[in-house]
Amino acid sequence: MSNDALDREVAASDAGSRYAEVQQSAEFQDLRRRFRRFVFPMTALFLAWYFLYVLMSSFAVDFMSTKVFGEINIGLIFGLLQFVSTFAITIAYVRWADRHFDPAAEALRERVEGSAS
Amino acid sequence: MSAATPAVLPAATNVGSPGLNIAIFALFVIITLAIVIRASRNNRTAADYYAGGRAFTGRQNGIAISGDYLSAASFLGIAGAIAINGYDGFLYSIGFLVAWLVALLLVAELLRNTGRFTMADVLSFRLRQRPVRVAAAISTLVVSFFYLLAQMAGAGGLVALLLGIDARVGQSVVIAVVGIIMVGYVLIGGMKGTTWVQIVKATMLIIGAFVMTVWVLALNGFSLSTLLGSAVAASPKGEAILGPGLQYGATTTSKIDFISLGLALVLGTAGLPHVLMRFYTVPSSKQARKSVEWAIWLIGIFYLFTLVLGYGAAALVGPATIAAAPGGANSAAPLLAYELGGTVLLGIIAAVAFATILAVVAGLTITASASYAHDIYGQVIKRGEGGADAEVRVARMAAVVIGIVAIIGGIFANGQNIAFLVALAFAIAASANLPTILYSLFWKRFNTRGALWSIYGGLISSIVLIIFSPTVSGGKVTAGKAASMITDPSIDFHWFPLANPGLISIPLGFFLGWLGTVTSKEHNEAKYVEMEVRALTGAGAEKEVLRH
Repeated sequence: MSNDALDREVAASDAGSRYAEVQQSAEFQDLRRRFRRFVFPMTALFLAWYFLYVLMSSFAVDFMSTKVFGEINIGLIFGLLQFVSTFAITIAYVRWADRHFDPAAEALRERVEGSAS
Repeated sequence: MSAATPAVLPAATNVGSPGLNIAIFALFVIITLAIVIRASRNNRTAADYYAGGRAFTGRQNGIAISGDYLSAASFLGIAGAIAINGYDGFLYSIGFLVAWLVALLLVAELLRNTGRFTMADVLSFRLRQRPVRVAAAISTLVVSFFYLLAQMAGAGGLVALLLGIDARVGQSVVIAVVGIIMVGYVLIGGMKGTTWVQIVKATMLIIGAFVMTVWVLALNGFSLSTLLGSAVAASPKGEAILGPGLQYGATTTSKIDFISLGLALVLGTAGLPHVLMRFYTVPSSKQARKSVEWAIWLIGIFYLFTLVLGYGAAALVGPATIAAAPGGANSAAPLLAYELGGTVLLGIIAAVAFATILAVVAGLTITASASYAHDIYGQVIKRGEGGADAEVRVARMAAVVIGIVAIIGGIFANGQNIAFLVALAFAIAASANLPTILYSLFWKRFNTRGALWSIYGGLISSIVLIIFSPTVSGGKVTAGKAASMITDPSIDFHWFPLANPGLISIPLGFFLGWLGTVTSKEHNEAKYVEMEVRALTGAGAEKEVLRH
């Protein structure tokens, strides 16, 4: 094995142990838990809401065609609410990620990369 | 409002001025080409060619993503579907939009942090490189090919309407010209040039749709209710266009078919390779998040415009005129433009529609060529020892080959029922790509066998089910022609009742991924740990290419 290859190998295992060290830290475990606690329920929520809409459009046609005011019916309002919920979830996630996720992730990234130089 | 309908009828087969349409389109090509050449002066490294030097901002990339996503199918197809089938066309756009939340919450940032250029970079990170890369590259090429074919075939239909070219030879020439310009963009500009084309096109498209939307609303006293009333008055289907069910509500099978389509739409987007690749063009995961945020706003607002445009076309042009025009439902938006602003607005909208096809095709070409060059050539054939320059050379050659294939395929697919190509692309993306992406990002135990079973299982099942579905043969017969790819009603080999395979193939993809994983003991703990830390924190992520 040439010196270069040996150096690379040593560097890689160094990096590997840094990754392992960070991954086992309480901060990282906490970050992962908070991330999953936000995105998994949110995904379940918007998928359920979307499929409720799809199912109602297929199997509750009369209900969806009920007029609310003028020519506007429940189906149209329900459809527009899908837009509203999509925009709302986007705003909520971006705000959460900017405020709570990024600072913690940044600190951990520095722990991995900072000790490298 | 409906009184205006008969007036356009005689001219409907040849509206507007083809000369003006071509001139406006040529202007677009010249301007974008100039931008592409300017933007590509600094193209040197592989990161430049594949990922635009990772130097785009989240906002720029978000606009480019919406440019990539708002293909001719979204713009012309959805507006036309609403004009003819009313509410059911609207259902499509909702699936296309909600799908972005999957990308925002689960995929975009983690993918940006762990990968370099392609989807396979992420999938093969902690699994056995070669088999997983080959599988991911095949799936990328298949999805991109079907998507590409749909765009090229759509171009043929557009030409008939917008340039007044009815002869098949003439349409083939236009398809070839579209293909050649697109390969030119990719060769000269790489990802950077392609991204700028997307940005210019998305801006034109959204402004054009905005102007038409305000115009339609102004004619109806800025009341959505009045507009819907005029659409009902103009439509032979009357009140039914306001409720769901016209297109998909006929039978229980067609209702289940719609659920299948809805599933493929909402889960397919985050597995489309050309969408995923766009996340590598920004410098960080924060910018990737910002990209999706911008894309969701632009795409959502655009689909709200198409709701107005679709019902506006029904009210002002009339479904009968639209259905009779060359290009059928796809001509709703251009005919509405003609009705509103005459020849000039039609010319502008026609140019935007062409630009749309051109830009989407360029995005698909660069994705497919990158996947071949980076995954198959670079990592599998040369085992990562080929060097970045050789890889980029191969990618350029691949782009030319893909361009030729797209031109030939587009000429053959011209006039075909293209909806099934797009549906197939989304179904494969959702069945073959998304399960592996999610497992690989979130499931510790996931391994190579799971990935291979899931990718190949999802890929094969969706293609087989499509081949034996009514979209290929044995569709509903009207006037002696089946509504299938094979229009001859005497040829019927379908046994799968649904037009969209998603309801079966997507759960199957997830199931096979699980089954393959639990029957194999392989696990690379060190790589898993590294991937998890990198995905969440951005440590070790590829940096922006800096220029001095």
